Amino acid sequence: MANIKVDGNEIEVPDHYTLMQACEEAGAEIPRFCYHERLSVAGNCRMCLVEVKGGPPKPAASCAMSVRDLRPGPNGEAPEVFTNTPMVKKAREGVMEFLLINHPLDCPICDQGGECDLQDQAMAYGMDSSRYQENKRAVEDKYIGPLVKTIMTRCIHCTRCVRFTTEVAGISELGLIGRGEDAEITTYLEQAMTSELQGNVIDLCPVGALTSKPYAFQARPWELNKTESVDVMDAVGSNIRVDSRGREVMRVMPRVNEAINEEWISDKTRFIWDGLKSQRLDKVYVKKNRKLQASDWNDAFATIARAVKKADPAKIGALAGDLAGAEEMYALKALLSAVGSKSFDCRPVGSAIEPSKGRASYIMNAGITGIEEADAILIVGSDPRKEASVLNARIRKAWRQNGTPIAVIGENADLKYDYAYLGTGTEALAALAAGDDKFAKVLSKAKRPMIIVGEGALSGTTAKDVLALSAQIASDNGALSDDWNGFAVLHNAAGRVGGLDVGFVPERGGMDAAKMQAAGKKGELDVVFLLGADNYDLSAFENSFVVYIGSHGDRGAHAADVILPGSAYTEKSVTYVNTAGTVQRTNRAVFGPGEAKEDWAILRALSAHLGATLPFDNLNQLRAAMFAEVPHLAVVEGPVETKAADVAKLAKVPAKIKAGALVSPIDDFYLTNPIARASKVMAECSQLALGQVKEAAE
Amino acid sequence: MRAIQFLNSLLLREFVSTFFLAMRYFFKPKPTINYPFEKGPVSPRFRGEHALRRYPNGEERCIACKLCEAICPAQAITIEAGPRQNDGTRRTVRYDIDMVKCIYCGFCQEACPVDAIVEGPNFEFATETREELYFDKEKLLENGDRWEREIAANLAADAPYR
Repeated sequence: MANIKVDGNEIEVPDHYTLMQACEEAGAEIPRFCYHERLSVAGNCRMCLVEVKGGPPKPAASCAMSVRDLRPGPNGEAPEVFTNTPMVKKAREGVMEFLLINHPLDCPICDQGGECDLQDQAMAYGMDSSRYQENKRAVEDKYIGPLVKTIMTRCIHCTRCVRFTTEVAGISELGLIGRGEDAEITTYLEQAMTSELQGNVIDLCPVGALTSKPYAFQARPWELNKTESVDVMDAVGSNIRVDSRGREVMRVMPRVNEAINEEWISDKTRFIWDGLKSQRLDKVYVKKNRKLQASDWNDAFATIARAVKKADPAKIGALAGDLAGAEEMYALKALLSAVGSKSFDCRPVGSAIEPSKGRASYIMNAGITGIEEADAILIVGSDPRKEASVLNARIRKAWRQNGTPIAVIGENADLKYDYAYLGTGTEALAALAAGDDKFAKVLSKAKRPMIIVGEGALSGTTAKDVLALSAQIASDNGALSDDWNGFAVLHNAAGRVGGLDVGFVPERGGMDAAKMQAAGKKGELDVVFLLGADNYDLSAFENSFVVYIGSHGDRGAHAADVILPGSAYTEKSVTYVNTAGTVQRTNRAVFGPGEAKEDWAILRALSAHLGATLPFDNLNQLRAAMFAEVPHLAVVEGPVETKAADVAKLAKVPAKIKAGALVSPIDDFYLTNPIARASKVMAECSQLALGQVKEAAE
Repeated sequence: MRAIQFLNSLLLREFVSTFFLAMRYFFKPKPTINYPFEKGPVSPRFRGEHALRRYPNGEERCIACKLCEAICPAQAITIEAGPRQNDGTRRTVRYDIDMVKCIYCGFCQEACPVDAIVEGPNFEFATETREELYFDKEKLLENGDRWEREIAANLAADAPYR
């Protein structure tokens, strides 16, 4: 700890602090452009100048100078820093004047207007007029992809975008070339950025040089209603802010949550909003004469009631999709139980995950921050870059900052960090479990190893073996102690853990997803409810009566006999549990289109028609009932209980391991769910990523 | 006292003075105007009917910055913006003023960075139906085209005082 005096107030700060951090600790505000807490220090905007007593007779950049760089006075007095002297004021005014020399005065047409750091700080710290008479410079705009729009004349060369892409995203595709007035940020090759996190440069850019292309000119920050919510594009549960105007979602921004997404979100999260406006189910549809026809709720409910009454309760099933919230699944389970069915599933086909084996068997026990605490990481059958981009950035951070050794079994994908590639399939996993691998030594030496098992590896024919082997590796290498549980399941659907928590899995004697499909093919499944379930093979249900409850006209709606229009995640308040078991709740930002209702309300209304009225009339009653059964869902972001013993029990490796490659179920990052498939922006990104279109030469 | 009163009555002094007053006004130029055919002077700062102006080359001035919408105390202005099809510049897709809500405060023209929205000299836009007072972009641009000469003259006249 070091003592330092800021504007006359003496405070004590850790000696690795920079002057800027010390000043903030003391409550003094320091303007800055290039400095960002999560990026390396560049010190090139010079906006954070402060006066240091006893130092050289010039202002010092507070972001780049450390507290321990300052010497105490001759009698051991604490070094002094000033942030409000005439020297600092003049220095800031001078810097601001320089920055504004080449910055165009186009705030009225700039999308950053109203939320621009340069605008705000020019008002607070700048001069009222300019002395510059010469011509301003102009820079050609660059094409860096369909998501980020560039207006390079506005750039002030803070290099935040360059540092973000190289450090966090791990792509060396943006750089600063030239010097002085010729300095330019560019991709060198006029190519689209290839990162799934590139949207974050829009937030990082302190001026309007990098703005959102799909959002271009759509709205002003002051006319947007901000609703804090949770993302459902992947199982990370990134904290987001949904900005809406009227009944439209205009954009999605990240919120800071150190335990989950820090302050990054993936491009799918950020640019999904145009998918919320297209392909929406806004009417009730009932199939009549083999054609879906617009209808009304009573007709639809009556049709469903007839089908359910005819059906054998054992031949009624339900599947929940990737985006289903815990409340809805709870309500659907209650409804199906009431009509006598035991068959419901929220897992992919052939999943080895069993909630009955304890919560620790299906969550990322160490939490997402655990990635940084781990000293060795093994990734099994997962492509975290596609399945959970923000989490992948966290793994990259651990690799960069702590040098955490990483190994992968599965696909040899470009994850943006170095890893030891151990093999494609179960035999590599078995070899590792047997200790026949170089990485086995690293794992056994590690005090806090982490074994991340992807959902893709936990479904299919080899699923049970993978689960057993992974648990075996975890328990053999000391990943299952009292203070560290390194067994981590990486799900790739936002609703999955919530569904497992409320027990949306078949009861004894019921059918799981695979059996339902088999029964459907044999014509032995009479009625199937799809709660936003689009990612299953729905052709199996051609002979069944299919009720689809969901928000988008996707695969599920095509297979349906009755479509009940539900709400998307921005239109309802539901509980999602992320892959680390953290309970979070979305908030309603806008109302659903047309006749769309909240999914639980649809199920409640349907239950009355089926003669099995559910015992709740509003969301609070539903939640009260759900919390009574699953108490941990009641506490948002509450502590996650993990029992290492539950994982240890899984480690029953069979004598013969089924051979098979472990592949991530996600082949296209941009089109994983119905909302994304309805989005034009996502479609464009997907085509670009697959190399199907030549980039537009703009 | 009584004598003065008597003299005034005898000489019809009040009659006479009234007669001259009447005659003075009779020969004075008349202040009344034949309204729809004649009009009184209007200050260059007069805040009348709104108009959206164009540049001399025909390009619309409005750049959809939404400052007028933001400042409007009556919330009479509604704007939707987007990139224009042909060149991708920032333009309004929709620019509506609810003239029934408008209180003619002139803040919109004060806020406008490009002198696009102005309150022109026209005050004769009474309508028979309410709907006609919901001005859209087309109507406002048409106003601008019709009144451009007067508006430009007024702005020029007022410029030294700004």
